[in-house]
Amino acid sequence: MKQIFSIYRYNPDVDNKPYMKDYELEIPEGSDMMVLDALTLLKEKDPSLSFRRSCREGVCGSDGMNINGKNGLGCITPLSAVPAKKIVLRPLPGLPVIRDLVIDMTQFYNQYEKIRPYLINDGKAPPAREHLQSIEEREKLDGLYECILCACCSSSCPSFWWNPDKFIGPAGLLHAYRFLIDSRDTATEERLDDLQDAYSVFRCHGIMNCVDVCPKGLNPTKAIGHIKSMLLTRAV
Amino acid sequence: MVNNAATVGRSGVHDYVLVRASAIILAFYTLYLVGFFVITPDVTFEIWQTYFSGFGTKVFTILALIALLVHAWIGVWQVLSDYIKPALLRGGLQFFFSVLLLVYLVAGSLTVWGV
Repeated sequence: MKQIFSIYRYNPDVDNKPYMKDYELEIPEGSDMMVLDALTLLKEKDPSLSFRRSCREGVCGSDGMNINGKNGLGCITPLSAVPAKKIVLRPLPGLPVIRDLVIDMTQFYNQYEKIRPYLINDGKAPPAREHLQSIEEREKLDGLYECILCACCSSSCPSFWWNPDKFIGPAGLLHAYRFLIDSRDTATEERLDDLQDAYSVFRCHGIMNCVDVCPKGLNPTKAIGHIKSMLLTRAV
Repeated sequence: MVNNAATVGRSGVHDYVLVRASAIILAFYTLYLVGFFVITPDVTFEIWQTYFSGFGTKVFTILALIALLVHAWIGVWQVLSDYIKPALLRGGLQFFFSVLLLVYLVAGSLTVWGV
């Protein structure tokens, strides 16, 4: 079976502007493969084709891309899941393109850095050996810690497209909530102080594109709702 | 933290509460008006004038105009700060809409109080 791919190409050293290039790949009848496998085969034909990849099993988050209009990880998206005569591959939207499917994630990481993604403990009651959590306390982190920072969610969020320098974005806010409810973290008030402005959290209008595209099945909108509740609870 | 001067609230939390509180007032005012039309089959000028000459309707109408000012000021600011990036244009548009909303409030209050 012949599968056609239309892939976004842009090399700033050579091209004046981006363009879409068609490729054909012969796929044995009755077989399937991941989008990343197809890209790897296409790269054998055209070594100038650029994309990021590493673990090739949905753990590293390197190969986030826009597949037929929806963000996802190439390595865990089978071709059979995107049935189309022509599969269109573009870089994640909203972030500057370095080359082909490779994007500059600086703005995404800057927002992630803002939420201080590490445990802060004032150490006033240090345990003898380690900070233990009860089963219930640990359960609160489920659905949050699994984020692999692939940027599929933030780059599908219109609020992040318009204000990538001010709105933390779904990925960053998912992590922010992960530390806000961690029983070992003592900087809850300071973290909430940093988030109470009109942009950082409150630019989320519940569009839920993030939930729709998350390759790990996480729910950033729910986490953002919890953050808003925490901010409101202490304000009223 | 991101600071901003063009919106109404002192913070995002403040804006969030103001938008929702004003929305509740506007929703109730809409029901109040719809209710009037439902229970009044033939609305004549005299009936309409009597309705608006009531103290409760006057206060509720002015309250709704204030709620509209707050609600739309914050809403317009959010839309403009999303879509209009040049600061001068954005500031100009925000000024225009804010003045327009204030005109609504003043004109509406004077009209209602004059009935």
